[in-house]
Amino acid sequence: MKGVTLNMENKTSSKIDLDSVFSVKNVSVNYGDFVAVKNVSMEMYKNKITAFIGPSGCGKSTLIRSFNRMNDLVPSAKVSGEILYQGINLYDQNVDPVQVRRRIGMVFQKPNPFPKSIKENIAFGLRVNNMTDNLDDRIEKALTQAALWDEVKKDLDKNALDLSGGQQQRLCIARTIAVEPDTILMDEPCSALDPVATKKIEDLMQLLVNEFSILIVTHNMQQASRVSDYCAFFTTKATEDGRRTGELVEYSDTKTMFTNPVQSLTEEYISGRFG
Amino acid sequence: MSNELELSRKSVPLIEKFVKNFIKLSAFGAILISIAIVLTLSTEAINFFQSPEVTLKEYFTATRWTPTFKNPEYGVLPLISSTLYIATIACLISFPIGLFSAIYLSEFASKRTRKIIKPVLELLAGVPTVVFGYFALNWITPNIVQKFIPGTGVFNAISAGMAVGIMIVPTIASISDDALNAVPKGLKMGAFALGSTKRITALKIMLPAAISGIIASFILGFSRAIGETMIVTIAGGQYPELNLDPRSAMYTITSSIVNVSLGDTPHGTTAYNALFALGITLFLMTFILNLASDYISRKYRKVYE
Amino acid sequence: MNSIKDLTKTNKEKAPKEIIFLCVLYLSISIAIITLMILIFDILSTGSNRLFSDYEVGLVTKQQINNPQDFLTSLDSRDPLKAGIGPAFVGTLWLMIIVVFTTFPLGTGAAIYLEEFAPKNKLTRFIELNLTNLAGVPSVIYGLMGLAVFVRLAGFGRSVLSGGLTLTLLILPVVIVASREALKAVPDTIRQGALALGATKFQAIFRQVVPSAIPGMVTGMVLGLSRAIGETAPLIFMGALTYVNYYPDSPLSGFTAIPIQVYNWIGYPQAEWKNTSSAGIILLLVMLLTMNSIALIIRNKFEKDW
Repeated sequence: MKGVTLNMENKTSSKIDLDSVFSVKNVSVNYGDFVAVKNVSMEMYKNKITAFIGPSGCGKSTLIRSFNRMNDLVPSAKVSGEILYQGINLYDQNVDPVQVRRRIGMVFQKPNPFPKSIKENIAFGLRVNNMTDNLDDRIEKALTQAALWDEVKKDLDKNALDLSGGQQQRLCIARTIAVEPDTILMDEPCSALDPVATKKIEDLMQLLVNEFSILIVTHNMQQASRVSDYCAFFTTKATEDGRRTGELVEYSDTKTMFTNPVQSLTEEYISGRFG
Repeated sequence: MSNELELSRKSVPLIEKFVKNFIKLSAFGAILISIAIVLTLSTEAINFFQSPEVTLKEYFTATRWTPTFKNPEYGVLPLISSTLYIATIACLISFPIGLFSAIYLSEFASKRTRKIIKPVLELLAGVPTVVFGYFALNWITPNIVQKFIPGTGVFNAISAGMAVGIMIVPTIASISDDALNAVPKGLKMGAFALGSTKRITALKIMLPAAISGIIASFILGFSRAIGETMIVTIAGGQYPELNLDPRSAMYTITSSIVNVSLGDTPHGTTAYNALFALGITLFLMTFILNLASDYISRKYRKVYE
Repeated sequence: MNSIKDLTKTNKEKAPKEIIFLCVLYLSISIAIITLMILIFDILSTGSNRLFSDYEVGLVTKQQINNPQDFLTSLDSRDPLKAGIGPAFVGTLWLMIIVVFTTFPLGTGAAIYLEEFAPKNKLTRFIELNLTNLAGVPSVIYGLMGLAVFVRLAGFGRSVLSGGLTLTLLILPVVIVASREALKAVPDTIRQGALALGATKFQAIFRQVVPSAIPGMVTGMVLGLSRAIGETAPLIFMGALTYVNYYPDSPLSGFTAIPIQVYNWIGYPQAEWKNTSSAGIILLLVMLLTMNSIALIIRNKFEKDW
């Protein structure tokens, strides 16, 4: 299987109205001499939900962490290629990773609220970003947008760890959107949640996408087909030294990917023959 | 909040700089302390060895340590011999008790029993050494040693050694316990699955597997016994000549350091500098032992990775 | 030929060798526990009367001694029945204050640097190696170093400040290790979550990680402190052994401490001093027990259920 197929041919007319949020060109991420994901090129569009799907170990999480420079935290990680965010090279020398992370937010696989009150969880992000004017209003707005306000408005001083898993994850979404990013990266946000909580978050995503661009990594194919507008399918390929490197196989709008995929590998994954 | 793509660097506030430097200095302070110890000990020790009345030969060969006498003698041999003697007695007691306690805790005791006994051992570890010294002098000597071993004096090496031994037991027990617990459970399960008893598994499988940690604990225990001060000062007495009879007083390096400073020896005198010569001797002994202990526990730990 | 019946015939674990071994193990653990019990019992029996009961002293002029107040507040005396631990008690309190105020910032600071900020290079390894070695240096060596550095070089003289600073250096490695453990216990997702919101590393560490680790750090401090107040050897060089019978009034004043005072009393030949030393030991052990209980309470109450 050679290279990558960008299945964009069907999107001729709508392509014109689409604003690109991320422009990814030949991006590879290495940990030391191990190539985690190789040679990815794609565009991601504004106010759309893009899903990264594929079996585990193909570098999806590694890739999205390079979109908000979280890979900087790993000393051996090296990102090569170009990631343009609204035209700006994210890895340019003059770019401050701390600022990047405010503009490009992240929700993690396992909900990780701070061991503080609900209010403080949201206030923290606002404080470190000097957005402390009208603090209470901002907190209410964030919780409302995250569909959590009604459930917690009576007791904002309650410890966040006392919330249920689904509520904690919505709190993490709330604190992320409180700092007014343009894009939200979600790294398997529902994999630690029960089906009811998962549905709530999927519904929430449909609301959020009106204001934010969303990129979601998911293990769950059905979820991708339910929520996303665009899908990027990754898989792993064995290298000479026996390790596996992730590669982008196919990228297209969701409907096409699930009904009429181009690559046979994509088709096999979709129909459950491997994964 | 501007909607422009502001991706330029922010400047670092002053308090951040201050705190970052403070914590960095604190950490580097560790090196500073080590340097201070080595420097202070060496400079005064060098002064000692450079004094007219002292020769290196005398230090290492004379058999009397009497720095405050009219005709002072500066032989460290009796001190080293007493130190090793008492430390050996201590280890003869603490190694078996500590090791078997560790085997009991990690291989035989139930979770509930462990929960009760571990805190008790920690309690023992928390008893100040001056209390052990009191115990050695006022209880062990009259009730155990003098009862069963005729000819034992009020100050003797046996009581001191026993008390030091008991004091070290928690150290040996807890490090050995950690070493035994670090052995992968699969080894134990494999032995049981073949029909081995707890005893055989403990002695023939677990013990050899954890041996490096256990030996490291022994070396560490020995080092602590050598460095122990108050117990031997209180119960071991002062007998500045070479003595190999544990029933009478033995004068260790540590108690001689303490006793000389009791007399409020003025700074600059040979007797004062002698303290530091002893100090550096002691430091070297324990330092080498600690390094050995650390090396052994590290070198053989890799076996399971 | 082994038959099924063998399964029920004998219990291998009940064979004589096993039982004997088990007895050896029980014996070992018992010796340790029983020794502790005998020690506590002996001290309580010789000391509690002296510490708690009231009596009269004096052949000609009678003096009423009301314990424990008088024991806790009186000065030392040539009479074992009158001798009190007042100055030593206050001296120990002074030491505790000095130790806490110097050790806590230095110890937690060093731990934060080593755990969160230090690059993983040879220099950092060297610092850690130093700390491991320092933890194993006998306390009497710290005393010698304190004598040379604080008493003489820094000019603090034989003061409670010199004593406190020497004790700080002694327990610093222990406190640093405990603080590092507390920091390690904070899950990495907390750091990542804070950073993902646009916090700098400094903000993430000091506003989220450190506050979560504070209970563990305080516990470590309390445990280090309880070790410090039981130490005798390092303080001997601070002149704490020469007959100090007054209350320290400034950090540069001379002092004595509870373990030192007890050591003095142990050395006196008259039989009654045994009771007085025991009384002092009871006080010391009660203080230690209190501190360790506080540490335990802090740990149980504030330890986070990640």
